[in-house]
Amino acid sequence: MEYFLQLFLGGLSRGSIYALIALGYTMVYGIIELINFAHGEIYMIGAFMGLIVAGVLTAMGWPTLSILVIALIIAVLYSAAYGYTVEKIAYKPLRGAPRLAPLISAIGMSILLQNYVMLAQTPDFLPFPRLIPDLEFMGPYANFLATSDLFIIITSISVMVALTMFIKFTRMGKAMRATAQNRKMAMLVGVNVDQVISVTFMVGSGLAAVGGVLIASHIGQINFAIGFLAGIKAFTAAVLGGIGSIPGAVLGGLVLGWTESFAAGYISSDYEDVFAFCLLVLILIFRPAGLLGKQRSQKV
Amino acid sequence: MLELKNIDAFYGNIQALRDVSIKVGEGEIITLIGANGAGKSTTLMTICGMVPPRKGEVLFEGRVLNDVSPEKIVQLGISQVPEGRLIFPDLTVQENLDMGAFLRSDKDGVNRDLDQVFGLFPILLERRKQLGGTLSGGEQQMLAISRALMARPKVLLLDEPSLGLAPLIIRQIFDIIKQINRESNTTIFLVEQNANQALKVAHRGYVMENGRITLEDACDKLLANDAVKKAYLGL
Repeated sequence: MEYFLQLFLGGLSRGSIYALIALGYTMVYGIIELINFAHGEIYMIGAFMGLIVAGVLTAMGWPTLSILVIALIIAVLYSAAYGYTVEKIAYKPLRGAPRLAPLISAIGMSILLQNYVMLAQTPDFLPFPRLIPDLEFMGPYANFLATSDLFIIITSISVMVALTMFIKFTRMGKAMRATAQNRKMAMLVGVNVDQVISVTFMVGSGLAAVGGVLIASHIGQINFAIGFLAGIKAFTAAVLGGIGSIPGAVLGGLVLGWTESFAAGYISSDYEDVFAFCLLVLILIFRPAGLLGKQRSQKV
Repeated sequence: MLELKNIDAFYGNIQALRDVSIKVGEGEIITLIGANGAGKSTTLMTICGMVPPRKGEVLFEGRVLNDVSPEKIVQLGISQVPEGRLIFPDLTVQENLDMGAFLRSDKDGVNRDLDQVFGLFPILLERRKQLGGTLSGGEQQMLAISRALMARPKVLLLDEPSLGLAPLIIRQIFDIIKQINRESNTTIFLVEQNANQALKVAHRGYVMENGRITLEDACDKLLANDAVKKAYLGL
């Protein structure tokens, strides 16, 4: 039982990171029906920005927890700016082009960003400082849950609650939902759709940066390629939950996290990716629209 | 008030409107009738800035709208109830109405208009918290009209409001259209295939065929016109 709980909480921590990244995929898909393959790179860039800020502030002798908070904030802003720019450069000019065109452009953007970071930061793994300290009151529970896992879970949940409030209650949130449901009608009531798309990219990128900094601090090293696997996993999570659905992305992330955690714990850690992707295949066979996705009938 | 001058409009390489000229005076109800695919909806989309004209001018209160963005046109006072209603299916009735007032910042005015549309369509007040997609066709049409009214338009464009509705509901919708025109002096541009009803409600009418205006006259004269009778009224 103790072992089960440990795996459960580990899966929850891992899954909430997947969920944070998956939200960016699903929100963008919901609005412009594009799989943003550069999203994993935005996550990686967030982690690098976190590393740079942490390096500078550590040298200046700041306390770790405040470094974490500032690194998170700056990484979020920086990634949001990247998301905004990528959309403007790579996707906006292709609005109205056949759907394959922005998809190819997304893959190109992903390769470009990876290589740019590789050249700027060396291809080697760089050590990432542990920004989440071991809290003393966690001592007795350390067998179940590391402080960093607890911190990841709490931060992710808070961010997701904030996102839900934003989408549900603010003017921009309503405009996003309206645009996702019917872009033409949103324009007819006066929504500036370009602006909505930009905000969607910025919010999604910011969420990915939160995930990037948290996981980098947890694992302790990063390089230019970490966005690839994280991006594929989060994409899997988004499809699992039903792409375009926001609760679906969260659920998909958690299910994926638990699958990996239990597969690694009870079978072998060599097989965790195998199980993750087998799960994807099974869902796609039996529920092609994902767990919470809507089966859309196409009018002919 | 609203004028289209010699408009040509295209979808890709296909010409949808040819030399279309229409004049709408303040406080008027005018109707544009014609068969499926004649270019009626395109005419409305051209006014709203969704299909910019390649030739000619759209004028509204003396201002050229050709290159004005759709959201700006809403702000200037033109709202459309599009064909097929296009309700936001996963927003509640209330949220759909909020979207209609998206560009407005006068809260008191918005609340007053909300009361007004609930007065016009009491069923919407009952269904306020329901999702738009769960409403019946007639209710959705009422919601679509109300959503457009929430922008407090000077000109209301209606695209086939009778499409797919039962005769009783159609009559109710047309009565309300007259009432909106009478009570708040909203100018109305009504596109219809249901020519009989439309010509009874409107003051003046235009007939469109293959992207061209072929006839324009006062509605009672159009109702008596032999060609119109034969082609659109089934008499």
